[in-house]
Amino acid sequence: MLQQLGQLPMGWLLIALIAVFGSSAFFLGRMRAERLLMSTTGRMHSRPNYHGYYVAMWATVPVLVIAFAYAVFGETLTRGQLERELPSSFSRLSPVELQSYFDSVRLAAGSAASAGADRVFEAITNRYLELRGLVNAATLVILGLVAAFGIFWGQSRLKSDFRARALVENGMELVLFLCAGVAIATTAGIVLSLLYESLLFFQKVSAWDFLTGTRWNAQTEAEFGALPLFFGTFMIALIAMLVAAPIGLFSAIFLSEYASPTARAWIKPILEILAGIPTVVYGFFALLVVAPGIRSASIWINETAIQLGLASEPILAAQPTSALAAGLVMGIMVIPFVSSLSDDVINAVPQTLRDAAYALGATKSETVQQVVVPAALPGIIAALLLAVSRAIGETMIVVMAAGKSARISMDPTSDLTTITVQIVSLMTGETGFDDPKTLSAFALGLVLFTVTLAFNVVALRVVKKYREKYD
Amino acid sequence: MDTSQGNPMMDDGLTLQRTKDGGPRIDCRNIKVFYGQAEAIHDVSMSFPDRAVTALIGPSGCGKSTFLRCLNRMNDTIENCRVEGKILMDGEDINDADVDPVLLRSRVGMVFQKPNPFPKSIYDNIAYGPRIHGLANGREDLDAIVEKSLRRAGLWDEVKDRLSAPGTGLSGGQQQRLCIARAIAVQPEVILMDEPCSALDPIATARIEELIDELRNRYCIVIVTHSMQQAARVSQRTAFFHLGNLVEMGDTGQIFTNPREKRTEDYITGRFG
Repeated sequence: MLQQLGQLPMGWLLIALIAVFGSSAFFLGRMRAERLLMSTTGRMHSRPNYHGYYVAMWATVPVLVIAFAYAVFGETLTRGQLERELPSSFSRLSPVELQSYFDSVRLAAGSAASAGADRVFEAITNRYLELRGLVNAATLVILGLVAAFGIFWGQSRLKSDFRARALVENGMELVLFLCAGVAIATTAGIVLSLLYESLLFFQKVSAWDFLTGTRWNAQTEAEFGALPLFFGTFMIALIAMLVAAPIGLFSAIFLSEYASPTARAWIKPILEILAGIPTVVYGFFALLVVAPGIRSASIWINETAIQLGLASEPILAAQPTSALAAGLVMGIMVIPFVSSLSDDVINAVPQTLRDAAYALGATKSETVQQVVVPAALPGIIAALLLAVSRAIGETMIVVMAAGKSARISMDPTSDLTTITVQIVSLMTGETGFDDPKTLSAFALGLVLFTVTLAFNVVALRVVKKYREKYD
Repeated sequence: MDTSQGNPMMDDGLTLQRTKDGGPRIDCRNIKVFYGQAEAIHDVSMSFPDRAVTALIGPSGCGKSTFLRCLNRMNDTIENCRVEGKILMDGEDINDADVDPVLLRSRVGMVFQKPNPFPKSIYDNIAYGPRIHGLANGREDLDAIVEKSLRRAGLWDEVKDRLSAPGTGLSGGQQQRLCIARAIAVQPEVILMDEPCSALDPIATARIEELIDELRNRYCIVIVTHSMQQAARVSQRTAFFHLGNLVEMGDTGQIFTNPREKRTEDYITGRFG
């Protein structure tokens, strides 16, 4: 009996129950309100539907909380009890081994196909099912009681002058607030876990060595000097911005000041398509088209320089993957971020300023250069900062086209590595979570997060200041 | 005898050679303005005398601002706006293909409804025009132009200690005088004003009106206004527009005391508008 209860599909069951409780509470509440409406002479404060919603709120919200608690703690509770009942021979197992043992028990319990395994495993699986059945049964009973009480309580409060409408309004507000809260809580959770794991890392490796060391060799030896990664990230972002800033800004100026409405209607969406291309596509474009091109160009430069006697040995590294390839393609990728935002802020410059300049006899380009762009400058700077933070955090292009050598080299045709590339290579593959190698990825993530956050905050503040000026 | 000696008009280097006192500066013949297919101004002919203020009055949407903007070809900047007819300035048609609108606008300054100083310093606001037209030889010359323009606009004493402060930080009335100073700085012959006081309080308005009266001695001024009292106070000539037509034009005193047209009388006595 308990074992069968243990095999209940609790997820679906809970959803169905909540739906049933909610709808029946709604109809009960509305029926009662309709009867009240018949018996009262005056008007009721709220329409019957609101009374229904009100009772339904009482029936579902506490039940939802219980269901949530079950989802979070149900399995832990079962396993905790099971662990206490295990034979002493299991105490030799490490927590990780125990974890995977339980996982296989759970799998076997789910399919009810433990036959053929050894007897201890079968017994443990059966006991697991029993315990889970107990938890399930308890949950269902509590759920039913709470729902019944909720319906009863909600019903008992209905009166002709009861302000169900206002209370439902409050309830809606609460729901919306909770949804916003989920996003905030998630962000906070991510930041906290980053901080926590980074602290673990900094207990093993000093923060100073990490931030200023010039040798990075996390995979093979324990060398965690992240400066080459910072340098690589900076270098590639710089190349990207050298491409994106002028092209993005000039196309924004063209779009907002020069283009005819027809041209604008065509060009703007096409530019924005660039933002919709998956970064992995940019990645193989960089790897298969741009990087080989740069390589052959730099080989040609090397040979020519030697032939002309300008150099005695190759001046450029000419590697198959290069900072230049990744940076150029990343620059193309962030163009729409620059152009779209800049276009918006340039459009927000009041027409009266342009009129003022024209009326003084300024030409179009003088007006743009000396009046429109300076007036939009804060917004343009914000657009550039957002693009920089995007470039710093970009992963796929650099993983594919920038290479993996942690080095500090001013030669853009040599391969460089970035923070994001290293995080990817540290987190993929077999690693324990207490290994400094894995933990270093969190420390890198923390640095990345801090830098991009700083850029975003500054950019948003600049934008806000700018808005206040013209509205 | 050197006529420029002791002539008050020639003392500051800003004054250009003038036509005879009070002669027509701008002569408009059969002006029609179209927005797309719609005709906004119907066959208007009128002239503007030099060294006098001409007021354009009329109810909202009567085309007086549109007409004003023909005089420095600001309508060029509006798409699908088309102007027909001749506008002769010193005998030359400003709509001629070989007239550069950029040069024209340096001769015909404009002040707008809402004060629109550039988001630059007070100094740079004034210096902008002279810089793009190359009117100043060096810093000292530019300083002199800025000071003279601000003095003429009656703003010098209020801002002389903070020329590097942003122009947008001034009060509304000061901003409008800054815009007038900015227009004066490029040495125009004509100044167009499109409801220059509509965004200002009565005290700031009185200041601007005083200023217009002073500027009358040097420039041909055309002012669009909603306020008939203002037209009566500052102008010597008044033109009444209605539904894109020029209904009546004459000396301000005559228009306000003894209008020839019924519609003019109805408007100035407040029966519509």
